[in-house]
Amino acid sequence: MKQATTGNAGPKVRSDIEITLIITDNGGVDLEIKSKVKSMYGTAIEKQCRELLHHFGVKNARLILNDSGALPFVIAARVEAAVRALTATEVSFMPEMIAENRYLSSRERFRFSRLYLPGNSPGMFLNAGLHSPDGIILDLEDSVAPDRKDEARILVRNALRAVNFYGAERMVRINQGERGLEDLEYVIPHNVHLVLIPKCENAQTVIRVDEKIRAIKKAAGQTEEVFLMPIIESAAGVEKAYETATASSSVVAMAIGLEDYTADLGVQRTKEGSESLYARSRIVVAAKAAGIQPIDSVFSDVGDMEGLLANVISSKAMGFEGMGCIHPRQIAVIRHGFSPSDDETERAKKIVLAYRDALARGLGVVALGSKMIDPPVVARAEKTIMLAVRLGLLPEDWAEAEAK
Amino acid sequence: MKMVNNAAGRMVPDEINGMEAVPFKGIGKHRPAGRKHAPPIPTCIDYPEDNNKVISSLAEALERCGLKDGMTISTHHHLRDGDLVSNQIFRIASEKGIRDLVWLPSASFPCNDPVIEYLENGTINRIEGSMNGPLGMFVSEGKMKGMAVLRSHGGRVQAIQDGEVKIDIAVLAAPAADAFGNAKGTGGPSATGVLGYAKPDYLYADKVIVVTDNLIDLPCFPMEIEGNYVDFVVVVDKIGIPEKIVSGTTQITKSPDRLLIAELTALFLERSGLLRNGATMQAGAGGTSLAIAVFVHEMLRKKGWKLSFGFGGSTKYMVKMLEEGHMGAILDAQAFDLDAVKSVEQNLNHIPYPVFNAYNYHSKGNLTTMMDIMILGATEIDTTFNGNVVTHSDGLLLHGIGGWQNCLHARNVIIPVPLFRDRIPVIVDRVTTLCGPGELIDVIITERGIAINPRRQDLLDSVKGKGLPLVTIEELKETAEKLCGKPEKASVDERVVAAIKWVDGTVIDAVRKVKKQTN
Repeated sequence: MKQATTGNAGPKVRSDIEITLIITDNGGVDLEIKSKVKSMYGTAIEKQCRELLHHFGVKNARLILNDSGALPFVIAARVEAAVRALTATEVSFMPEMIAENRYLSSRERFRFSRLYLPGNSPGMFLNAGLHSPDGIILDLEDSVAPDRKDEARILVRNALRAVNFYGAERMVRINQGERGLEDLEYVIPHNVHLVLIPKCENAQTVIRVDEKIRAIKKAAGQTEEVFLMPIIESAAGVEKAYETATASSSVVAMAIGLEDYTADLGVQRTKEGSESLYARSRIVVAAKAAGIQPIDSVFSDVGDMEGLLANVISSKAMGFEGMGCIHPRQIAVIRHGFSPSDDETERAKKIVLAYRDALARGLGVVALGSKMIDPPVVARAEKTIMLAVRLGLLPEDWAEAEAK
Repeated sequence: MKMVNNAAGRMVPDEINGMEAVPFKGIGKHRPAGRKHAPPIPTCIDYPEDNNKVISSLAEALERCGLKDGMTISTHHHLRDGDLVSNQIFRIASEKGIRDLVWLPSASFPCNDPVIEYLENGTINRIEGSMNGPLGMFVSEGKMKGMAVLRSHGGRVQAIQDGEVKIDIAVLAAPAADAFGNAKGTGGPSATGVLGYAKPDYLYADKVIVVTDNLIDLPCFPMEIEGNYVDFVVVVDKIGIPEKIVSGTTQITKSPDRLLIAELTALFLERSGLLRNGATMQAGAGGTSLAIAVFVHEMLRKKGWKLSFGFGGSTKYMVKMLEEGHMGAILDAQAFDLDAVKSVEQNLNHIPYPVFNAYNYHSKGNLTTMMDIMILGATEIDTTFNGNVVTHSDGLLLHGIGGWQNCLHARNVIIPVPLFRDRIPVIVDRVTTLCGPGELIDVIITERGIAINPRRQDLLDSVKGKGLPLVTIEELKETAEKLCGKPEKASVDERVVAAIKWVDGTVIDAVRKVKKQTN
């Protein structure tokens, strides 16, 4: 008798289901449902499971369900994973791709905050987008236990179709190596905007992922570009940062992962971060040289919002343009920290106005009060203004408004 | 007994436990007649001249109060899940072979589950009060002999005052008392802060027993129970388990989704202009409410505003507003945490204020109608804004009404709730049990949008174009169903196991026996 168990159950588990599938020789399909929503959805759950087994061609089986309020896309993923664990089926069951998920991303969109969601914990999926992160990462790598990797990719695939991302950039972090390339087959056809490549040490890693994505897209007739964000997590990776950043035109951002990096160095990760100062600077410089966004590591103390803000401010000062987050409450702090402050915007406005005034009057030298202003200062001020306008902190016609 | 269609379109019994019941007639439509209930006239000839009413055991006190079959025993304590007194009453009664008692608690808690034994052996006929957990399940499955009656805190006062329920013996657990029977909620090892629900019990009961583990010299001041209404003072080792007295609900939610709802609620209060200098506010002690209080306090600080008063259940977050000068006074019927208990003792403007004086619909004014901002919860809200707080969507009786119905009379009733819990929609097409009519519920705030009752055009206008995610209640319901699927209705049979009273004593809905299900 073949038996497989997928999904999660337990007192702290929500919106998930644990499924034990036992394939039998005869007797048809026997269902055993334990569910806290049984009186409301028991019939619907039974019907769905029977239809799924029929879809996968399983005729004789016992299916034992321990449900904590899983939604249909989760139930479908768990049943499919159980069937795949026991049979050589190539059949999938795709939930409907909801209309809200068909939007596109763009190369230059903000990536201030990107929220990591463990790929095998569906409880957090549904509301993640409501917290308005710039990106949502469904993670198949470190947050998924090694023996759960197969079921996670099916769940993530279903989530990409059925879960509303509310406008966040749709990201997936794949595994390293061969498994990562296989992950791509599960996720790329479902409007993934960006793929995070973990533990990148050289251009080759990026190129392999890029080529695989192109092949999948070609086979499926997909045209939308899938962006890449390599994550540098080792000393060797830091040394090859520029090469990695320029490995493909699809690379739009490059991140640093400090837990692994400090482990690689054999040092403690501190809040001040002096041990990673060089690496972080190197990432910023390489990314800027390549014309992509440098992204900082996550701040792991989710209870310390002041520490997080200090971290964001120093990150921004170094040139980073975003940061990972592992808790929704970090999102607003990160966004606030990376946005131009009122003071910065005010100063930038004055500089840009003074510059425009000088141009209009044919003056070669720009001055603000008694202070001369060099061209790079103007360029920086222009960037700040642009950012403020894009973030909606300044109206587009701010200059005219200012003139009045 | 026959079932009649009440003004809210719900089928309710016209008789409850052999007594005639008035079906709900609409808000403010029922006019009481007659005079208030009164206990028999006592004489001090029957009480010791030194006024020492202390006796050694609860059993003796009950005996001397004439405990017998069919009596109604009321209890009040603020020991919450640390209550060591209530169960004892029924153990004593059971040992004496007493039958068919009616228990009228101000609330029941998981620690009261042992009374199931006395319900089963016939000592207790029924409970008229809140029922949670296994006790709720017991009633829902039709195992209680009599019909349960659920009332709000104010409704309990009204029922006692109007003589709908005649209390034979009131047993009141007090953290401090003197030998005369004066008692209060502060001091001693089981301090609970206030005893905001005891007043109707001691005023209207035939016999009154105060139970304390902290006998102090007369006068026990400021007294919340007045000694001249008290028959006996029983001194025991312990009335409560201190660590369980503080309710588990006074932790700010850590759930990012609930915090999002709290943030949205605070934003709504700010942008609608409901939050203003001098406003009055009440928010409960649930995790989301506490977070709202914290966000509101931040806004008050920024603007330099002060709420004129807040009504308790008090919590440390309210106390903080009080102590920082952002709230003029706390009128308090119950202290939810230790900071609040301490504050009652220390702050002159933290004033014990019984629900008797605040919530009773049959009185000369009702404090709740003065509240500008009222934050409440619900297990279900339907598309006509009707609310349910006592049953889950599966029909099981799992919560008390608390002060919820009374608080609906506030000027602006705001209910922050998640759109669904696990897979269970909170916004539904028809509430399983009607506890409060939609006419009184103004705003529903969920993580997926804010729905304002169309009756409140003024509120709709106040937030127009202010960047809030406004939706209709129907849209919320549809979103919930799209995500969760359409749930099957609760599977119940005809038998009524509990009646839900409205604040004026009329019957607003009935809870039916659930069909046995295996989970």
